[in-house]
Amino acid sequence: MRAIVKPDHRAPVAVVMLWYRVGSVDEFNGTTGVAHVLEHMMFKGTNSVPAGEFSKVIAAAGGRDNAFTSRDYTGYFQTLHKSELPLAMKLEADRMVNLVLAQEEFAKEIKVVMEERRWRTDDRARSIVYEQLLKSAFGAHPYRRPVIGWMNDLENMRVEDAREFYQRWYAPNNAILVVVGDVDPQQVFALAEQQFGSIAPKILPVRKPQEEPPQIGIKRITVKAPAEQPYVLMAYRVPVLRDPENDWEPYALDMLAGVLDGNEAARLNRALVREEQLVSSAGADYDNVARGPGLFYLSAVPTPGKTPQQAEQGLRRELQKIASDGVSEDEMKRIRAQLIASQVYQRDSMFYQAREIGVMEASGLSYKTLDLMIEKLKQVTPGQVQAVAKKYFSDDTLTVAYLDPQPVAGRRPAAPPAGLRHAQ
Amino acid sequence: MRNNRRLTWLAAAAALLLAAQAHAILPIQHWQAKSGARVYFVENRNLPMFDLSVEFPAGAGYDTREKSGAASMTSQLLRLGAGGMSEDEIARQLADVGAQLSPQFEADRAGLALRTLSGAAERRQALDIYARVLQQPEFPAAVLEREKVRLISALKEADTKPETIAALSFSRLVYREHPYALRSTGEAGTVSTLTREDLAAFYRRHYVAQRAVVAIIGDLSREEAAAIAEQVTAGLPQSAGSEPQLPPVAALDAGSTRIISHPALQSHILIGAPGISRGDADYFTLFVGNYVLGGGGFVSRITEEVRQKRGLAYSAYSYFAPQLQRGPFVIGMQTQRDQAQEALAVVQKTLRDFIDDGPTEKELTAAKQNIVGGFPLRIDSNRKIHGYLALIGFYRLPLTYLDDFVKNVESVSVAGIKSAFARRIDPDKLVTVVVGAAEDKTVTSLTTH
Repeated sequence: MRAIVKPDHRAPVAVVMLWYRVGSVDEFNGTTGVAHVLEHMMFKGTNSVPAGEFSKVIAAAGGRDNAFTSRDYTGYFQTLHKSELPLAMKLEADRMVNLVLAQEEFAKEIKVVMEERRWRTDDRARSIVYEQLLKSAFGAHPYRRPVIGWMNDLENMRVEDAREFYQRWYAPNNAILVVVGDVDPQQVFALAEQQFGSIAPKILPVRKPQEEPPQIGIKRITVKAPAEQPYVLMAYRVPVLRDPENDWEPYALDMLAGVLDGNEAARLNRALVREEQLVSSAGADYDNVARGPGLFYLSAVPTPGKTPQQAEQGLRRELQKIASDGVSEDEMKRIRAQLIASQVYQRDSMFYQAREIGVMEASGLSYKTLDLMIEKLKQVTPGQVQAVAKKYFSDDTLTVAYLDPQPVAGRRPAAPPAGLRHAQ
Repeated sequence: MRNNRRLTWLAAAAALLLAAQAHAILPIQHWQAKSGARVYFVENRNLPMFDLSVEFPAGAGYDTREKSGAASMTSQLLRLGAGGMSEDEIARQLADVGAQLSPQFEADRAGLALRTLSGAAERRQALDIYARVLQQPEFPAAVLEREKVRLISALKEADTKPETIAALSFSRLVYREHPYALRSTGEAGTVSTLTREDLAAFYRRHYVAQRAVVAIIGDLSREEAAAIAEQVTAGLPQSAGSEPQLPPVAALDAGSTRIISHPALQSHILIGAPGISRGDADYFTLFVGNYVLGGGGFVSRITEEVRQKRGLAYSAYSYFAPQLQRGPFVIGMQTQRDQAQEALAVVQKTLRDFIDDGPTEKELTAAKQNIVGGFPLRIDSNRKIHGYLALIGFYRLPLTYLDDFVKNVESVSVAGIKSAFARRIDPDKLVTVVVGAAEDKTVTSLTTH
């Protein structure tokens, strides 16, 4: 197990994060969502800590705790007074090996996860658009599946699925401990040795690359869902960071996203929202750190009276301008200024600092490259931004999703169903 | 004793945060600027940056029914044209120095927050723009027209969402004729009538120097902070007459239930009533009590009953939101439609039991352990401390609010919680809103909004 400690002595507080290099990317068809279901079950009891007790113990120690699951990783965290660090680490070590996964707890928790899916995705039109876009953009790579899982897979999931996943992936040699706070690194390392040192490593399954074949033509989908405003989401296939020292394109793409949408004066807002008033809002999004293939997203909500087609054309026009005319040194300077400032602002949050380190490590890059990445971003030239804008934004690698808003029928007072009538 | 140990930590927290003034957890410096603004400042040299906000009693509660939305639109438009600069110039010059400007807007207060690097060049440029935006907003007519279109479109979109429908209906039932009942952004019908004169008039009346609250934390000396407070408030409108007051909130005469159909898979459920105002003597008692009821996340009774035991919801909670006048007490959750009835019954029983019996001693101890032990987490970043400065300043809470926080929590008793809940929450006089309960066939006598 790797342990990374970043001292921050501004308050007598510590953030403990235990990251597992496993996420929805490691699931199989039929059991999508199991990484996240297991994350929920990690709070449901070990041999020595009964269900629900984990959070109670942390709360009684003045702490806050929670967890998150993504495509590439699963993370568990506690924020607490620094003197309670041993408690948090002890509990994490315990549930790394001693999880019970009782059928009775599973039966309740899978219902909670289904509620979570309804809340996050099924009842939110734009979430469905995003889910459907990924499914279209990727045919082979597991990024095509939603982290929360397909509803039918959740309905048919068994506790054995979670247990199998746990046994397969949860081991010290697949985990990274990150601690940020008012701590002494040597003491944290000693604690980590004490708590996790005796846990046996596992032979981890060999991960198949599951590379996505090249896209050879535009893909278009339409999603019909209850909404008022139409919405356009576009995704271009682009590279992500594999060799932080020698790659340059992912840095240029990051700067391109900044030029388009990095601040209120950036191009999409200025040109499309303010000047043309073609869209109510527009965005560009790109994350250059990922285990799997990368996408560069553009999105927009058309102004009333404008169509998604017009909004899409507007977004394409802005990209085209950069491909043909490039970007100004002024714009680059502005993005660099924000980069420098955000480096300072981020240090105001221990949680953010721990998260940043964990994301890098869990994605297969070292935390040591964080500083290098900032330097590399600063070195990107206007010519490089133009070069990636020319190279990567062809129709052949594009997936476009339109939201076709459906009327929300029956928004009028309902006859209370039996029982509810007497609810009050 | 466990709690004594917590207090030792607090001493450690204090020592760290303020070497100089070991008697206070947070050395808040407070003075009045020449402009009349009240200033609250904490010097913190750990990072080369600072946070600044200026806020006024100018939130949505100060809207009128006819011009609902003027308050929100005023705060939004400050930075979209001011002091001879266009919105684009303002945005560009702020971005050039990495500064972040954000409108602040709530039921009671409104204003602007700035986060910037503290280096001389960045600071000068960021403050120059901030001072213009706050003191010389122009409310350009063309920008207003565009923003009205955007907002109305967003309101129509929000009106399709069950959570919005539930929240609006809830506010109206809890607050009726009170301005807290108004939609904070205004309704499409009122927003469309707003003119730049409306915004300018709202600004002149409410963004007044004498009522400004300046909160600053970061890499500045007291002298620098004082100069900044002058720079950003000296040119504000002067008070012309008495301070606008929000009317008191009347208690509910009876309970009411509104059921609104919606095709969403989940029902959105809100239960509540007018709660307490800021500075209420029962605040800490209710705050600690509510931790046990539904404020303590995974360890609260509501989450235990609804989620942990029955798997009925992903999120279920309760809270008090104290405001100038009585802010709401709210219980909320979402659950699959055909379970709405069951979930509602569970929550109602949980609330009744809590009001009848109060928490157990064990629950109270656990609550105190968390709140007292977790106190350092409340002030572990500039952003959080800045939030407290603005809160203490605006609501005129004692400067010792944070010093007394732990003591106030420690002094809460089971009997006190039982008594306070019994006096404040009448389970027979609650508003209940369920959106998405069923596919309806008939329209009943219930009216909708």
